[in-house]
Amino acid sequence: MDFSISDEMRDMKRTIRDFVDNEVDKYSQQIEEEDKIPQHLIDKAKEMGLFGMSIPEEYGGLGLSMVEKCLLLEELGRANMSFTTLIGAHTGIGTTGIVELASEELKRKYLPALASGEKLGAFALTEPDAGSDAANMKTTAVLKGDKWILNGMKHFITNAPEASIFTVIAVTDKEKGARGGYTAFIVEKDFPGFSIGTIEKKMGLRGSHTSEVIFEDCEVPKENILGEVGRGYASALRILSKGRVALGARCVGACDKLVELSVKYAQQRVQFGKPIASFQAIQWMLAEMATDTEAARALTYRVAWMVDQGLPVVKEGPMVKLFASEALGRVVDKAVQIHGGMGYMKEFPVERFYRDARLTRIYEGTNEIQRMVIAGRLLKEMEI
Amino acid sequence: MKILVCLKQTFDTEAKITLDSNGKIERKGVSLIMNPYDEFAVEEALRIKEKGEGEVTVISVGGQQTQDALRQALAMGADKAVLVDPGDVELDEYSTATILAKVISGMEYDIILGGFRAIDDGSAQVAGRVAEILNIPVVNVVTKLEIENGKAVATREIEGGSEVVEVSLPAVITAQKGLNEPRYPSMKGIMKAKKKPMDKKSLADLGLDESQIAAKVKAISFSLPEARKAGKVIPGEAAEAARELARLLREEAKVI
Repeated sequence: MDFSISDEMRDMKRTIRDFVDNEVDKYSQQIEEEDKIPQHLIDKAKEMGLFGMSIPEEYGGLGLSMVEKCLLLEELGRANMSFTTLIGAHTGIGTTGIVELASEELKRKYLPALASGEKLGAFALTEPDAGSDAANMKTTAVLKGDKWILNGMKHFITNAPEASIFTVIAVTDKEKGARGGYTAFIVEKDFPGFSIGTIEKKMGLRGSHTSEVIFEDCEVPKENILGEVGRGYASALRILSKGRVALGARCVGACDKLVELSVKYAQQRVQFGKPIASFQAIQWMLAEMATDTEAARALTYRVAWMVDQGLPVVKEGPMVKLFASEALGRVVDKAVQIHGGMGYMKEFPVERFYRDARLTRIYEGTNEIQRMVIAGRLLKEMEI
Repeated sequence: MKILVCLKQTFDTEAKITLDSNGKIERKGVSLIMNPYDEFAVEEALRIKEKGEGEVTVISVGGQQTQDALRQALAMGADKAVLVDPGDVELDEYSTATILAKVISGMEYDIILGGFRAIDDGSAQVAGRVAEILNIPVVNVVTKLEIENGKAVATREIEGGSEVVEVSLPAVITAQKGLNEPRYPSMKGIMKAKKKPMDKKSLADLGLDESQIAAKVKAISFSLPEARKAGKVIPGEAAEAARELARLLREEAKVI
């Protein structure tokens, strides 16, 4: 097995790390305080081409494989997680549907502006009564003449206040429900009847905004559908399953950063006349953090490679999301512990990571749902 | 406009410097970067090119690893790179400047840019020497540069202020911090960089032999700054301790 990477990828990783560690980090405290990512950071990320990571080259993107995308997302994962989420949700669930399921015409219409970052993409599936149980969806779409008319409300939609192009799942046939009755649409924020509702107040991820999306007789051109009418549930699962590997890579990057912060701090902090790194209690935590990180990395790249080979990852994709987000949970918990009282203080980045990391076990499919999918698959594969 | 940029690969600013068993600087395991002052020069070259028409060629002297620094410049937007690999010989500023001037003398150029110094040896000599060998003017420590009608108007730092000078082209201009803010290479730029020409030359290709570039200055020894000594805690009552502190500052440290 060859784990080496090309010079080109190495250069890209180094450039992103340089940007994240030297530029984005400088503004992390400001992002926390103002709940806003400075525009110049976003502009730089656009110029660097980071918004086009998962879009094919012919539409202005970078045309990266899943392994390559993960290599870059890992570096972004080191940043303030709101910055990572802005780019990660856009390049993942925000654009995957259009890349994989849209007609050629729609791809040409939407992808170039999404690849340059001129427009931000978002994914709207979740509703107040349809979270993990997507079968309970209420938002409807009815075809009238040459337009679909959407009515309903989505919530917890990442990047919605800033986004221009939404992948929306709505009910087109109530009788059939999730199996055959859902359809995926491309909805622009300027379509009549579209509006952004309340912006939610979250535990962390300050600088990244999540809100309600409201459709009131929202008019969507007939051709703005992704995949086939009635196949929206399968489309949603497909969009989410790709995102799971990418989310794993982001968690690995965050773990790496936390190991670095903790190893440094443990060598600087002196108690009982010695750096606390000389105490076995601390050493064990550091060893476990680094091991968790490497295990998450190994799993992430193995499954990313499977995606690139066109192999099914129905249970492996969820495994990455499950393991990497829980590894991050363990790593960040130890990072706070090693930092002691300082780890609980706002001026130290581990405090922010601790709050932000919590979400990775919830969004893009809760870890309980991941376990359900993995077990369901196992039972099917080995049915007796 | 033909723009040349001389650049050097140096240790990372955060690299931990150690000496090997022979007392030489240990190069193994150190991450390398483009000299930050040369990065200003590359950025300025790209800005000149983007204002009008032009071509930016980056040149370096070094081993195969130096290609990384050149590739970074290509990823930022430079058009071509030239690497002269002198082999396993010890170079001083004279050697490097001689090689650079030789390779440049075979090229077309309107302006030559470089950092005013490298962050490793900090000698700030090479660009000036190149200008001297090529018999063209040099303007050092530039913080602002404008090109018009075959002339360059450069603002340079002088003690306690700045000076604006005009110089006819071709000339060598060396960059100081403040000249610009270098861009990050874009991911597409990094992908394209691989396909841009990288011309690798040996001394023989330039018609030079080792005797012509033999170093005139030899480093005899290197030493690391003395490690910071542990602080001293003066125990006792505040007033008494303060008196003792004053005594130590006067008699031991001899600073008051």
